[in-house]
Amino acid sequence: MNELRELYQQVILDHNKNPRNFGVLSLPTLKAEGYNPLCGDHIEIGVDVEGGIIKDLKFNGAGCAISKASASIMTTLLIGKTVEEAKLLFDEFHGIVTADPESDADMMNLGKLAVFCGVREFPARVKCASLAWHTLMNALNELSEKVSTE
Amino acid sequence: MNEFKEILRETEISANSTFDVSSIRNDFPILQTLVRGKPLIYLDNAATTQKPQAVIDKITDYYTSGNSNIHRGVHLLSQKATKEYEDSRKTIQQFIGAAHPEEIIFTRGTTESINLIASAWGRQNIGPGDEIIISHMEHHSNIVPWQMLCKEKGAGLRIIPINDDGELIYDEYLRLINEKTKLVSVVHVSNSLGTVNPVKDIIREAHKYNIPVIVDGAQSIQHLEVDVKDLDCDFFAFSGHKIYGPTGIGVLYGKKQFLEEMPPYQGGGDMIASVSFEDTTFNELPYKFEAGTPNIAGAIALAEAVKYLNNIGIARIAKYESGLLDYAIDAIGPVSGIRLIGTARNKSSTCSFVLDGVHPHDIGTMLDVDGIAVRTGHHCTEPVMKRYGVPATTRASIAFYNTKEEINVLVKSIEKVIKMFS
Repeated sequence: MNELRELYQQVILDHNKNPRNFGVLSLPTLKAEGYNPLCGDHIEIGVDVEGGIIKDLKFNGAGCAISKASASIMTTLLIGKTVEEAKLLFDEFHGIVTADPESDADMMNLGKLAVFCGVREFPARVKCASLAWHTLMNALNELSEKVSTE
Repeated sequence: MNEFKEILRETEISANSTFDVSSIRNDFPILQTLVRGKPLIYLDNAATTQKPQAVIDKITDYYTSGNSNIHRGVHLLSQKATKEYEDSRKTIQQFIGAAHPEEIIFTRGTTESINLIASAWGRQNIGPGDEIIISHMEHHSNIVPWQMLCKEKGAGLRIIPINDDGELIYDEYLRLINEKTKLVSVVHVSNSLGTVNPVKDIIREAHKYNIPVIVDGAQSIQHLEVDVKDLDCDFFAFSGHKIYGPTGIGVLYGKKQFLEEMPPYQGGGDMIASVSFEDTTFNELPYKFEAGTPNIAGAIALAEAVKYLNNIGIARIAKYESGLLDYAIDAIGPVSGIRLIGTARNKSSTCSFVLDGVHPHDIGTMLDVDGIAVRTGHHCTEPVMKRYGVPATTRASIAFYNTKEEINVLVKSIEKVIKMFS
């Protein structure tokens, strides 16, 4: 049960139930679509970028609790950040969910992202947690074609 | 439909002795193991089944003391391996009631069996404007090979629709048949809905117009008695690993007259009678379709799995599983927020469901922590998921080694999921 509490922390359950920035931007600067064929998760992300700063960020779609909460938390972290900062956070996030569960990685500075540490125990769920981030990176790289986590 | 009733009737006669599930469980070493510290509750049998000790031993024995390449070897081991491989073909022949052993082609599995027909028979017999009938509940492996063939030949795919319970709409099937129809390929038991299709009726109807019929038996061969002569199907495909045998081995049954007229599927060793740089004479059946060194150990171990099942009796297995499925449906169905996907009157072994507000992936992970293995996703039947308007389902698929106690643990675990996400 402990691994479960770690995976489905209250924060994740809350973001799953009440996702922040859930919806569609009317005229986004950039947008991208992500799809996880394994479980049918599907996400659309719209970003407004002005002068290198993420002014607004919204996501839409259907997915599991982990993918929805990850997308929701991502939006709250990145609005107001520069594109460069977003890319650095992506690297950090990627490091967290793919680290060896046995390793004693320093979790002190991870802030809100620390809730995703539990994902490491469930390798099948890493793709769920990363879908929104990968999709956003594609948008930021001005790729509008569908990304796939497969 | 009728054949299922027949099975039930026969079952009542032959299944008088009690079904000792605890003794059967002892035959499967993996069922004695722990997963995440909990006793394994394996309910992912539609994906693959576990292997009895007899099958595992057979593989070990073969590689320990019998390994050799088959056919043409003059030494003793080769002769022994050849005999065992060919005896395995006969075991399969008898198991499915085929008229001749050479009607049994060893393949890698159902997918390769269907691709073999699409490639060898399809390319020769399907032309521009022709139509192939499949159903809405086919596994991707009985959709994509036909789509590829239709694209290549300018032919069309016609789909038998399903009703809300997940049953084929038979009248629509009758309406789809016309002078352009060249082939019908249908699944016997749906892997995502559990529906048992009236394949005997489907075949009889198609044969009125001389249309050949393929039956995808990947989910029926291990749960129902199959007699290909009685069904009168022209082809029947199944996988070894779903019938308690190893992966990488499967079977294509084809009526002799079809197989004889078909060109080879792959070229190589064993499928030739003689080769020169100018021309090649192909070998006779079944070797024409078995190019290269086959999965010898796989075929032998598959036959061992069939013998194991025969000892218990498929009719007794079908009766036990049918009772357990009813129990599972009655236990899971009423749980608040659960919607069963696939409620056909004639069902086998599979209970697919969705839960309000909880994605199947989250259910799958939570059950996993309780040691319960289920499958979550679209089960390679995306058109079925679209038909029900769901991205995925959670599927508990049973085998004859599962128990009511395991179903009870599953239900408790589902209730925990509901509590967590409420």
